[in-house]
Amino acid sequence: MINFLSQPWPWYISGPMISLVMFLLLWAGGQFGVSGTLRSVCAIGGAGKHVKFFDYDWKSQIWNLVFVVGAVIGGFIAHHWLANPTPLAISEATIRDLDQLGISFDGGLIPMELFSWSSLATLKGFLVIVVGGFLVGFGTRYAGGCTSGHAISGLSNLQIPSFIAVIGFFIGGLIMTFLLFPLIF
Amino acid sequence: MKFLKFLLIGILFGIVMTKSEAISWYRIQEMFRFQSFHMYGIIGTALAVGVVMTQWLKSKNIKSVDGQPLQLKDKEKSVARYLFGGIIFGLGWALSGACPGPMYTLVGNGYTTVIVLILSAVMGTFVYGVLRERLPH
Repeated sequence: MINFLSQPWPWYISGPMISLVMFLLLWAGGQFGVSGTLRSVCAIGGAGKHVKFFDYDWKSQIWNLVFVVGAVIGGFIAHHWLANPTPLAISEATIRDLDQLGISFDGGLIPMELFSWSSLATLKGFLVIVVGGFLVGFGTRYAGGCTSGHAISGLSNLQIPSFIAVIGFFIGGLIMTFLLFPLIF
Repeated sequence: MKFLKFLLIGILFGIVMTKSEAISWYRIQEMFRFQSFHMYGIIGTALAVGVVMTQWLKSKNIKSVDGQPLQLKDKEKSVARYLFGGIIFGLGWALSGACPGPMYTLVGNGYTTVIVLILSAVMGTFVYGVLRERLPH
C-alpha cells in the first residue's frame, strides 16, 4: 500500500481526488478557493483599518485558513512518508527547452537554483519568488479566484466568468513562458 | 471540532497536490509548453467529475453537514476583471510555478523560500485592495 502511495499518482487518480476535495469542502460548508486566504491574512494583519476591501468579516473565513494549514501538513506527510524515490519524470522536451534557457533539471519538484535562499538575492531568484508571488497575489484577487476557485470550482459550476478567467490564466502563462522567459533567463 | 474536518480535508489536499506533482515548477512549465498531457489530464478529469457532481448536488438541492445550502453562488458578470486579473495571475503562475494551493503545500514539503513567495502574494493582494477602485472591473 505504502509502495503504491509512494509512486507519483497518475492524472486519472489525481484529478478525481481534487474533485473529492472540492466536494468535501462543499459538504463541510465551505468552498474550494485557496486565494481567499491571502485576503484573510491581510485582514487579520489589520489592513481593514486603512483599506475598505479588507474591512470584512474575516472570522467567517477561518475554516479556509484551517484548510491551508492542513495543506501544509499534507505536504509534510507526503514528503516524509509517501515520497517518490525516483526523480521527477517530466518530458525530455521540457528539460531540453529549460536547459537552453540555462535552467538545469535537478530531478526535484522545483529548481533549487532558483528557490534556494542564496538565489533569493540574485535577480532571477528575486523575480521568480518575489515578483512571481506578487503577480499571483494581485492577479488572483483582481480575477476573484485562482486555479481552485475558477478553473476547478467555477468551471464545474459552469460559470462563464471562470471561463474568461481561465483564458486569461493561459494568455498570461504563455506570454511569460514564450516571450518573457527568454528575456529573464 | 468544527474546524477539524477542514484540517483533515486540507491534509488530503496537500497529499494530493504533492503526489500529483501539481506543486512542481517543472510540471507547470511542461504544461505551458504543451509538452505533456499530465496537468491537462489532472485538470480535465477534476473538471469532468466536478461538473457532473456539481450539477447533481444542485439538482438534488443537497445541503451541507450543518443543513445550510451549499456555497455554489453564481459569480458576478463582467469581462475586464476576469480577463485582466487572469492574465496577471497567469504571468505569476508561469514565473513562480505555483498557484496559491501548491504554495502552502510546498512549504510543508520543506521548501522554505516559498514562505517568501506566500508573503509576496499577500503583498500583491494588499496592493490590489489599495488600487481596487482605480482598476477596471
